[in-house]
Formats: sequence, structure tokens, C-alpha cells
Amino acid sequence: MELDRIERLLEKYLEASTTIAEEKELRAYFSQESVASHLKQYAPMFQYFSVAKEERYTKELPLKKRSINYKWLSIAAMAVMLFGIYFGKEYQEKKEAEFAYNETKKALTLLADNFSRGTEKVAYLNEFENTKQKIYNKN
Amino acid sequence: MKQSEFLNVVMPFKDKLYRLAKRLLVSREEAEDATQEILMKLWSKNENIGKYKNVEAFAMTMTKNFCLDRLKSKQAGNLKLVHSNYGDNSSSLQKQVEAKDSLGWVEKIMEELPEQQKMVLQLRDVEEYDFDEIGELLNMKPTAIRVALSRARKTVREKLMQKHSYGIG
Repeated sequence: MELDRIERLLEKYLEASTTIAEEKELRAYFSQESVASHLKQYAPMFQYFSVAKEERYTKELPLKKRSINYKWLSIAAMAVMLFGIYFGKEYQEKKEAEFAYNETKKALTLLADNFSRGTEKVAYLNEFENTKQKIYNKN
Repeated sequence: MKQSEFLNVVMPFKDKLYRLAKRLLVSREEAEDATQEILMKLWSKNENIGKYKNVEAFAMTMTKNFCLDRLKSKQAGNLKLVHSNYGDNSSSLQKQVEAKDSLGWVEKIMEELPEQQKMVLQLRDVEEYDFDEIGELLNMKPTAIRVALSRARKTVREKLMQKHSYGIG
């Protein structure tokens, strides 16, 4: 690259009348090793611009979409509801079974009571039998 | 718009937003926060994003305004910008800057420029925007841009030469 062209471009550059292509040319010239010694003080400027352009934004973005939230929320709600229905039903069945058991027990106790009352009454008959035996034995 | 689509739209220019924010706010943490804020704002109104003909320009304008507001509120609160990233080795730029001290000078010289010149120089010489785009972003006429850009470039050159001669002498 001719030196006087670079010098002319630099002049234009400082007046801010270079085009982007010309500025690229300047950057390219100053990024190489063999820069004319009287232009060396310009080098850091152009090198810095190239380096500065390399800087990256590296932070994670905490992006969340609301509709995704709603979707998962509804799925979670469904799961809770199904669980509720399932276990609720089980619980109710258990309650019903317990109630039926208690009723049966009550009925059986009632039956047992009446039975024992029956046996008491039969015990009187025993008494009668005893007396009859006594009479038979005396005779 | 889905998350992946949004990222595809935003990816090409998110670094530009960050670099502009860092140019204005200097501190890396603040610039990261600002960039995140802007991207989240964009994301929150992503239904309308298709309507903007140039999302990048829109986002850059948002970043500029956000950072200038932040600087203004800092000055109003009489707070100095605190930044600790000079000594940090984690970014590749910082490493390169340390390797080449004179590049660090350029960065510091740019910090001292008035905000408008800073932005013009950043947009033109780092991001290689053309004058129309810069005019749109900064609300400036081409002649005003040219004047600001020329001043900024001359200031950088002069200060760099001063530092250079101190360094030698």
C-alpha cells in the first residue's frame, strides 16, 4: 500500500470525511506489523477499535415466557387435581367401608345380645328340667 | 414469538448494545445490567417486535437512552461511577489491553470525551455504522455527526500523542 495514500486517508479520517471502506483500509494498514515510523502513533487508535469490537456480552439471559409458565402451571394444577380426586375417592371408599363395618358390627352385636337373652330364657327351662329330675329321683 | 426466535433476532446485535452501554457507563457490571435490562424490555414486548422495521436500531436507541438516564440520575445523586474492571483479567479485552498498554490509553482517552462524541466514535469506528444510522440513533444531522466525529478523532489523536511523548521522554 502506498504511504501517501494512507497519509491522505488519515487526513480525511480526521476530518471525518472517509467512507467506511476507507476506514477499513486504514484499520487494515495499522493492524499489520510494518507501519511507517512517523505514523506509528496512530496505530493504537485503530488497533483499539478492532479490539473493542471483539468484546462480547456473555451474561445469561433469564428469559421466561409467560405462556410457557401458564402451560406448566396448568399441567401442575391438573396433576394436583387428579391426585386429589384419586386419593379423595380412596379416602371416601375407606370411610364407606368403615361405616359398613361398624353397621355390621352393630347388627351382629344386636343379634348376639338377643341370642344371649334367648339362652338366659332357656336357662329357666334347665331349672324346670332339674326340678323334674329331683322329683323323678325321689320317687 | 418463541424464545428461540427472539434469541435469533437479538443475537446479532446484543454485543453492540453491551459495547455501547459499556462505552457510556464504563463499568462492566453496569453495562451488563443495562444490556440485560434492555433485552428483557425487548422480550417483554416481543409481540410487537415484528412491527419495528429495524429492531437493532430500536434496541440501540433504547440502550442509549437508558444509559444516559442512568448517568443523569447518578450525577443528580452526586454519585461517582464506581467501576472495578481495570484490574480484572477475566475479559479478553482486558488481557489484550494489559499486553498493549497503549490500547488502554485509547480506552481511557475515550472515557474522557463528551458523551455525544463518545457515542459517535463508538458507533462509527467500532461498530462501523454509516452516518444515516448514527443520525437515526442519536437524532443528529449528518453535518453535526461529522463535526462531532472529527472532534472526537482529533482529540483522541492529540491525547495519544501527548501520552506517547511522555512515554518516550
